[in-house]
Amino acid sequence: MSRREFLHTLAVASAAGFPLGRAARAATINDFYDLHSFGNNVTLMHFTDCHAQLLPSYFREPSVNIGVAAMAGKPPHLVGEALLKHYQISPNTRLAHAFTHLDFERDARAYGEIGGFAHLATLVKRVRAQRPGALLLDGGDTWQGSATALWTRGEDMVQAAKLLGVDIMTGHWEFTLGAARVKELVETQLKGSIEFLAQNVLTTDFGDPVFAPWVMREINGVPIAIIGQAFPYVPIAHPRHFVSEWTFGIQEENLQKSVDAAVAKGAHAVVLLSHNGMDVDLKLAGRVSGIDVILGGHTHDAVPDPIPVKNRGGTTLVTNAGCNGKFLAVLDLDVRNKQVAGYQYRLLPVFSRMLDADQGMSELITKVRAPYAQKLGEKLAVSEALLYRRGNFNGTFDQVILDALIQETNAEIAFSPGFRWGTSVLPNETITLEHVMNQTAITYPYTTVTEMSGETIKSVLEDICDNLFNPDPYLQQGGDMVRTGGLRYVCDPTATIGNRIRNMTLNGKLIEAGKRYKVAGWAPTGEGASGRPVWEIVSRYLRDKQVISVPHLNLPELSGVSDNPGKA
Amino acid sequence: MQQIRRRLLKAIGSVIPLAAAAGAGLLRAGDAFAATWNKAGFDAKAAADALKSLGVTGAQPSKDIVLTTPDIAENGAQVPVTVTSKIPNTQSISIIVEKNPFPLSSTYDFSSGADGYVSTKLKLGQTSNVVAIVKADGKFFTATKEVKVTIGGCGG
Repeated sequence: MSRREFLHTLAVASAAGFPLGRAARAATINDFYDLHSFGNNVTLMHFTDCHAQLLPSYFREPSVNIGVAAMAGKPPHLVGEALLKHYQISPNTRLAHAFTHLDFERDARAYGEIGGFAHLATLVKRVRAQRPGALLLDGGDTWQGSATALWTRGEDMVQAAKLLGVDIMTGHWEFTLGAARVKELVETQLKGSIEFLAQNVLTTDFGDPVFAPWVMREINGVPIAIIGQAFPYVPIAHPRHFVSEWTFGIQEENLQKSVDAAVAKGAHAVVLLSHNGMDVDLKLAGRVSGIDVILGGHTHDAVPDPIPVKNRGGTTLVTNAGCNGKFLAVLDLDVRNKQVAGYQYRLLPVFSRMLDADQGMSELITKVRAPYAQKLGEKLAVSEALLYRRGNFNGTFDQVILDALIQETNAEIAFSPGFRWGTSVLPNETITLEHVMNQTAITYPYTTVTEMSGETIKSVLEDICDNLFNPDPYLQQGGDMVRTGGLRYVCDPTATIGNRIRNMTLNGKLIEAGKRYKVAGWAPTGEGASGRPVWEIVSRYLRDKQVISVPHLNLPELSGVSDNPGKA
Repeated sequence: MQQIRRRLLKAIGSVIPLAAAAGAGLLRAGDAFAATWNKAGFDAKAAADALKSLGVTGAQPSKDIVLTTPDIAENGAQVPVTVTSKIPNTQSISIIVEKNPFPLSSTYDFSSGADGYVSTKLKLGQTSNVVAIVKADGKFFTATKEVKVTIGGCGG
């Protein structure tokens, strides 16, 4: 069954809508999650960037995800209707809801929450039943993103991943727990169950590997090599002191050596479990040869089909599997005569209403949450608006954070980092402390207030914007643009560094280069930073407000991208 | 084993790199520091002047020079740079950081037969091209790579 036929099944299934009778519901679910026989012998399951979301939640896909230069108008830089058209997904369907922001509130109410480890566990078991021997790969950003992951220092997620049956993982935010904690978890709790791979993490002194670079696993008698690629820019994107004795980077040459070594040892297929981000993976796939598939993450792109990239060794498939526990990717490989002869790929949305909660996983989740559940359930305010974060520029939940920073610190301008994680809250839903933590739970949550000159503000915005829109993917870090409160500006993503940010104003007046402004922010990467955790600032603001009306979204005026299909 | 090596080196401290370089025959021990000091080059404030001081004319980009740097510096104060010259009869390797206040960072002379290999750490004040200049048989060859220096933060 081709993907298109499969999509057709989904469209028919969802057209029926809910509620259905019990028998009809079962039939619909079977249609939705039936993998259909492909005659293959190797299956890999992949999820990535779940950001510690043990419970089902909502996650609105971006309406702005602009690609520049060679990336303009190509996946993953398609949003909304452009994405549906490209992938031939029918609008107003369950699948359209999973992959786009369109009619988000309406469809979120119709189709319910997504993800959650108990529901994911049921789906994993379902796939394993249809595909014996399948491996489960976790692309990282698993031990960060929730209060419980922060307060148990990753322990809750390690337990959940082990119970889920993860075989192999790599990392990114994991490292912000500190090198010592990562080593402790890898060497004690993961030992014998989950292999933590990273070919591109080396010691700063001698360049010795910190983790195993790759492993060979036999799947139904077929030797498959899996190589791990951690996020290359951990010491730059986060405070360096977390990993002061480790160096990262893309490490292409080192990667090629691992690929060649795996082939020499008899691998019939080579898979890279990557946290590079999709644009980086697409470039890398053209430069490193011998990799059959890159199972990618980091940029949180929910991309329905793999993208084939030609290189001197043949073709490499590149995928990206979304975030927030929203999807489980299932890759079937037909390996014959020691090479990949065919493949089938599905990015299955984890609809919690369609998948019963796995009992064992539910019990574990209840147990790990027990010490914190009451505190996290605190009702802070009611939102009249849809609150979300994801998007190249601002999100409504970020706007709430910016408003809170300005009110609570009396700053003129506020900055909030462009993280891509953070769950969504539907209108008239109660905002709990847990929702706030889902946006802010990091190990360097300090709020800072500093005086910055207009010139410094400009260079900061230019620098961050270049990390997002540099035409060379290897010079991008994969986050979104910093969100600004008070400060307005014009942004041209297609310009060069130093020329993307124009017309910066505050209360209608141009920002002056030599004048100093009081700027609030959080998540400082500098050495020795301290301050109140931002969730305290936001919580106090919400308790005080009680009702959050639709926030006035401070978005930059965009220039140079009027026809870009990465913008709805 | 690696742990022992690391502890040993930490205990000995900074003596090691110099001794190792001399022991490997990379440095011409007989050349007194002052005698070959390229004052004009190291005092030059523009890359063009530094090149002039080295006597570089008509330098050709060469694929036989492997210049390895990070794409984005993890720490601008210590950027690892490695230059390997596979050009026969490599006589010297110089490294220029175009945007640094004093662009010429270093020049390494090689006695006959020594492998053209240099591994060092450089300070970069801002995003800049790093240029390796190799002199071999009296001719000059170059390799260039841009290293980005960023304030960081905001990673997905």
